[in-house]
Formats: sequence, structure tokens, C-alpha cells
Amino acid sequence: MAEIIESKIKMKKEFIKGLWKEHPILRQLLGMCPALAVTTSAINGISMGLAVIFVLFFSSLVVSLIKKVIPPQVRIAVYTVIIATFVTVVDIFFKANFPQISRALGPYLPLIVVNCIILGRCEAFASKNSVLVSLLDALGMGLGFMWGLFLLGSIREILGFGSLLGVKMMPPEYNPLIIMILPAGAFLVLGFLVAVMNRLELRIKD
Amino acid sequence: MKEAFKIIVVLTVICLICAFFLSFVFSVAKEKIEMNAKRAIEEGISKLAPCAKRVEEIKLKDEVVYKLFDEQDNSVGYAFLAQGQGYQGKIKILAVVDSSLEKLEGIEVVESVETPGLGARITEALFMEQFKKLTVIPKIEYVKEEVEKDNQIMAITGATVTSKAVVNILNKRIEELREELKG
Repeated sequence: MAEIIESKIKMKKEFIKGLWKEHPILRQLLGMCPALAVTTSAINGISMGLAVIFVLFFSSLVVSLIKKVIPPQVRIAVYTVIIATFVTVVDIFFKANFPQISRALGPYLPLIVVNCIILGRCEAFASKNSVLVSLLDALGMGLGFMWGLFLLGSIREILGFGSLLGVKMMPPEYNPLIIMILPAGAFLVLGFLVAVMNRLELRIKD
Repeated sequence: MKEAFKIIVVLTVICLICAFFLSFVFSVAKEKIEMNAKRAIEEGISKLAPCAKRVEEIKLKDEVVYKLFDEQDNSVGYAFLAQGQGYQGKIKILAVVDSSLEKLEGIEVVESVETPGLGARITEALFMEQFKKLTVIPKIEYVKEEVEKDNQIMAITGATVTSKAVVNILNKRIEELREELKG
């Protein structure tokens, strides 16, 4: 009985950690390339987040399933092949069903292959843990990544375009801050978010 | 030796499974992807040349040109895709030109990754409107001040490189078309 409760607590912990304590963008500062490049609007952030969740989930599933068969010398090569396969599936799926979003995300969708969050979770977690816990870890990290992208995208879209998810948010006399859409804006917003996150973390600890 | 053999087998098997899986997914989605591309072109053509009722594909060298016909089946012009390097990346333009290749009916920027607020304004109606009924003989020119001749367009302030790229891409492709359609 005690064991079951203990494993339940562990599972919850593995899921929650990606959402806040070990947040991939704001705490681990991983996956910066897509986080900075595609978040010019909230919808781009969500689409990229969903794509990463899908790839992360299935890569972790496969890696934790076949972890005993993979020779340790070539494990990174194997992970990369598996990740690349799922990324290509997502890329084809978006091209076939959401051509508009596929165009907006451009080369960053296929570039999920080299997203360090995914390889990081496969190497650090899925290759050492059971299937169920690995899936929870992947889901938590993926969702954490997605809310980070959504927040970044929303702030940049509101300040840079005066809209959120394409809906006008600012009064017509608002003069959009173009810099927020440019790469510099991505760094500025990310910096502020990380600072806020650190402050909140300190406050919780106190 | 045994170790090396195992590595080769595992890697090969995994790659084979992945390859088969991907080719399966691709074969399912292929038709839809091609249809999307075709539909995007058809929608663009009907927007630029509303009088075109029938579209005929002509294969020239390695690219496709669309010959347009009106209700009476008279040729009203050609639609074509032109692409080239912009300021930050590839610019792809769909354009419709009359059958004598002298006047543009209009253009539509299909793909671009230019600077938002500056170069990206080539996708705005205000810029693309300028190409309606624009004379392309001897070629399109861009100016920074007032437009004086009917083969001139006004460049976007702060985005001369992008404006120039659009003009050059169109000029080059129209030049090619003149050659290819003659023969």
C-alpha cells in the first residue's frame, strides 16, 4: 500500500516538475532557438508547442521501450534517428493539414530534430526510467515548453502587433512596438520572463 | 567483434523501421500536400484575374506556366510563379501578365520572410496594388520619390532591398518567359 502511494507521488512529481520547477525554457534555458524564433505571435507559439509535445511524447515512448536493446556506444545516434522520424511525421502532417501554419513556422518545424529538450529528455530520463514515468515526464516538459512559448508569443504579439491570437487588443491609436516582433524583442521578453521566474522562485523559498 | 556486429544490426533495423514508417506516412499525405499547393495557386489566379474561367498548364523547361482563358475561350494572359532572394530569404511571387507579356494584371506575394514592419510590407495590399496594370516594357523600375512613368513603382521606405528584390525577380522571370514562350 505504502509503495503504491509512494509511486503515485513520484509520478505526480515527474509530471509537475516540467511545468514549473524545471521549466525547460525559463529554468533550464533549453530549446532557445524555437523559443526565440517562432514566437512572433501566440498561435505560432501554440503550434510549435504542440509539435514539440507530440515529438517528445513518442520519442520518449520508443526510447524507454527499447532502452535495453540499444548498444550504449550508439545510443545518441539511435535517439536522433527516432526523433528525426517523428519530427518528419509532424512536418508532413502540418504541410498536409495546416499549410498556413506550416509556412509561418518555416524551417523551425524540421529543426525540432536538434531541439535539445527532446534529446535531453531521451538521454537523461527516458533511457533510465520505465515507460509510464517517461511519458509523464515528456508530457510535463512538453506542456511546460508550450506555455512558455505561448506566454512569449502573446506578449510579443500584443506589444508588436496590438493583437492576441489575431484579435485586436489595443486601442486604434496604439502605435505597435515593431522591435517586439524582431529578434531583439524575443531576447528582451525572454530576459524579463526569466527574471520574473527567478523572483517568484525566491519568494516561494522564503 | 560480436559487439560491433550487434551495433550494426540494431542501427540498421531501427533505420529500416523508421524509413518504412516515414514512406508510409508520406504516401498517405502526398496527395493532400500537392492539392494544397495547387489550391493556393488557383485561389491566387482567381483573385488576380477574375475574368479567367479556364486554366491550362503549360510545361516550360522545368517550370509550369498557367495559360488563362476567359468565357469565350480567348487567351487573356499567363499566370506564373517567380522566386528569388530577398533581404532575409526566399521571396515567391504569383503574377498574372497579359497575353502579349506587356502589362501585369497584378501580383501576389506567396512566400516571404522579410523584416516585419519593413520588408514584410510587400505583402500588404498598398504595395501589391502598384503592380496592377503596370507596364513591363522594357522592364519594371522602382523609384524612391514620385512615380513618373507607367513602368515604375514606389519602393517601400526603409526596405529598398526588398522592393528591389521583388522588381528584379519579376523582371528576370518575365524576360525568361518572353524567350521561352516565343519558341
